Amino acid sequence: MFKIIERKQLSENVVKNVIHAPDIAARRKAGQFVILMINEKGERIPLTIVDSDAKTGTLTVIYQVVGKTTTALAALKEGEYILNVLGPLGHATAIENFGTAVCVGGGVGVGVIYPIAKALRGAGCNVVSIIGARTKDLLILEEETRAVSHKLTVCTDDGTYGFHGFVSAVLQQMIDAGEKIDRVYAIGPVPMMRVLANLTRPHKIKTIVSLNPIMVDGTGMCGACRVSVAGKTRFTCVDGPEFDGHDVDFGLLMTRLQMYTEQEKLALERCRGEKNG
Amino acid sequence: MDKEEKKEKREKIPRQKMPEQDPRVRVRNFDEVPLGYSAETALLEAKRCIMCKKPGCIAGCPVDIDIPAFVKLIAEGDFMGAARKLKETNVLPAVCGRVCPQEDQCEKVCILGKKGDPVAIGRLERFAADFERQSGQISIPDKAPSTGKRIAVVGAGPAGLTIAGDLVKMGHEVTIFEALHKSGGVLIYGIPEFRLPKAIVDAEVNYMEKLGVKVVTNFPVGRLKTVDDLFADGFHAVFLGVGAGAPVFMNIPGENFSGIYSANEYLTRSNLMKAYAFPEYDTPIAIGKNVCVIGGGNVAMDSVRTALRLGAENAYIVYRRTEKEMPARIEEVHHAQEEGVQFKLLTNPIEYLGTEKGWVKGMVCQQMELGEPDESGRRRPVPMKGSEFVIECDTVVVAIGTMANPVLQATTPGLNVNKWGYIVINEETGETSRKGVYAGGDIVTGSATVILAMGAGRKAASAIHQYVMSL
Repeated sequence: MFKIIERKQLSENVVKNVIHAPDIAARRKAGQFVILMINEKGERIPLTIVDSDAKTGTLTVIYQVVGKTTTALAALKEGEYILNVLGPLGHATAIENFGTAVCVGGGVGVGVIYPIAKALRGAGCNVVSIIGARTKDLLILEEETRAVSHKLTVCTDDGTYGFHGFVSAVLQQMIDAGEKIDRVYAIGPVPMMRVLANLTRPHKIKTIVSLNPIMVDGTGMCGACRVSVAGKTRFTCVDGPEFDGHDVDFGLLMTRLQMYTEQEKLALERCRGEKNG
Repeated sequence: MDKEEKKEKREKIPRQKMPEQDPRVRVRNFDEVPLGYSAETALLEAKRCIMCKKPGCIAGCPVDIDIPAFVKLIAEGDFMGAARKLKETNVLPAVCGRVCPQEDQCEKVCILGKKGDPVAIGRLERFAADFERQSGQISIPDKAPSTGKRIAVVGAGPAGLTIAGDLVKMGHEVTIFEALHKSGGVLIYGIPEFRLPKAIVDAEVNYMEKLGVKVVTNFPVGRLKTVDDLFADGFHAVFLGVGAGAPVFMNIPGENFSGIYSANEYLTRSNLMKAYAFPEYDTPIAIGKNVCVIGGGNVAMDSVRTALRLGAENAYIVYRRTEKEMPARIEEVHHAQEEGVQFKLLTNPIEYLGTEKGWVKGMVCQQMELGEPDESGRRRPVPMKGSEFVIECDTVVVAIGTMANPVLQATTPGLNVNKWGYIVINEETGETSRKGVYAGGDIVTGSATVILAMGAGRKAASAIHQYVMSL
C-alpha cells in the first residue's frame, strides 16, 4: 500500500499527487515512470515520475483526469492509499551537457518535461523551455519550469496568457532566427510531438520524445505498448519510453491509443453513475 | 480374501474418470472444467495401484514425489496423510495435479499402462491436495532451526515458490521478490481460471507465507534493485527464477494493427487483471467475433478457449503443422475441440490485413504440407505454391512462444547468458557464472512446463543450502 502524502489540483482537470514510495524514490532518475493500480479491481496505468525526494521517500506524479482510473485516482484524498505502485520503469533520460537544449512541453506533458529540464540544467546545458496549454487555467508548473530554465516561453492556444499560439510556432521562430539548438525534447499530446518532430527533421536537430502508449505489466512481458521506431517494433516500457522523434510512427501510436475507446467510455460512465447514485 | 483374489478384484477396477462441466455450459463461464474426484472414486482409483517394489513413477516425476506412498495413504482413506506426504517433496500439489503433463511423466512409466490404463496419479494428487485445502486444516511441516542465512528469490513463479519452500524448511530466511502485484508467475497471469482456479494459487502462496517465506510484490529486480544491491543488503545467495517472459511475434507485415495481441497480453488481461469481468473490473479486452490464435501449444489452447468464453462466435487455432505435431497436451486439445474451437491446420499466416482505422480484419495464410523432418524431429512444414487465402478475423492472439526478458541480465554484470539470452548454469547445481547466484526454470531452459521449473528449483535448493552453510 502506498500512501498519498499530498494532493493538489493544478488546474480544472489536472491533479498532482505526492506518494510515499521510498524504494522507488531512492532509485528513480528523470524520464522514468511508474505503473499504478489503485485497487483490486483497477487497471494498471503508466505515469511518468515528475519529481522524487529520497529524503522524504516520496515521488510526484501529475495526470490529467480523462478516464475511469484517473477519475478514481483524483478522488483519493491525502492520507488514503494506492494499492500498487511499480517502478522505476523504463530507461532514464540520457543526461549530459548537450549545449543548448530546448525543452518543449504541452498540456500535462509539462509534468514530464520539467524533470528533464531540471536534470539537463544540472548537467550544465543551456536550457530553453517552451511550455503551453489550451488556455491559461490549464497551464501547469510554470514557476517550477521557469526556475530550472535559462529562458522560458509560455504559450496558450487561445491567447489568454503568454504567446498566442502553439508551442511549435515558438520553436519555428527560434529555428527561423538561426538560434543554435543542439537538441530538442518534445513531450505532450501525440499530434504536438508529431508536429515538432516534423519541424526539426529537415534541420537535423536531434529530437527526443517520450511516448505514452497503453501498457499492462510495464516490464516487457506483454507487448501492449509496442510502437514502430525506424520501422522496427519496440516495446515502450523496456526500450523507451524515450525515442528519437524523427523515427517514431506517430500514426500507429495514435491508432493503438484508441483501441479501447468504447470500453473506456463505458467504464467512465459507470464510474460517474456510481458517484452520483 | 487371499492375495490372488484381491489382485483379481483390483484388476477389474477401471481407471476412474473425472467428471467435467458440460462443454455447452462451460464455454459460457470461466469455472474450472474438471470437477475433481469424490472420496469414493479416489479410493477406487488408489486401489488400482499395485505398489511396485521398484516404482518407475517416482523417477518419472521431476520433483521425486513418493507416489506409491501417497497413493497408498489415499487407498487407506488417510487423505490428510496423503496430502502431507505430497508436500514433503512438492509445495504445489493442487497446482501440479491440474497442470502437469502426467501422461509424459509419472503415468507414462506406470506399469499398469503397459497393458491397460495407468493409475490416474495426477487426479489423485489433485484430490488429496484439494481435500486438505478444503478441510481448512493445512499442516505446517517442521522446520530446521534457523541458520541465520538470508536468501533472495527473484520471481514468484513455480521455480521460485518451490525453492523458497525448500529453503525455508531448511531453516533459512527467504524473501521472494516479484515484479507483478500478485504472486504465482505464470500460474496467476498465464493459466486461465477454468484450468487452474486462482483461489488455489492464492492458497498455495499463502501456505508459503505460513511456512515463513516473505513475499514482496511490486519489486522489479534489475530496476528497483540489482542483484548486487541484494548482496549489499545482506543476502547470502540469490536465486533467479524470472521465467521467459518476453513475447515472440512473427515479424510479418501488419503485426501492430489494433486487435493483435501476444498470448502473454491476452492472458494477462483476462487472468491477472480479470478483463473477462469487465466492466466490474477496469481492464478491457477486445471481444472478437472471429478470433484467430496462432500456435499449437498449451498457451494457444488456453488463449482460444478464453476467446470462446469471452464471447467469440468463431475461435480458430491456426497451426502450421498437423494435430499430431501439436505440443499441447492431448487433454487440452480435446477440451478445445469439445468446446467448438475450429482447427485450421497446416496453415501459416504471412500477413495481416487492417481496416482504415488500423484494426485487424484478416490474415493472409499459406497452406502448408509436411516435408522432411527438421532438427526437432518433426516433419518440417513447407508452403504450397499459390495456396494463399484469407481468414477474416477481428482479433488475433500470437501464441508461438516466449523468450528471455533482457532486463535482469543487462543489470547483472558477469552473469553469462547464451545466444538466446537464457542464463547458463551448471545443470547439477543451478550455479551461474556469478558466485552465490543460482538460476532455474524457463530463464534457463526457455519456455517449458511448470513441473520442470519446480524440478530446477528443487535441485538448486540443495546446492544453495550447501553453499550458504559453507560461508
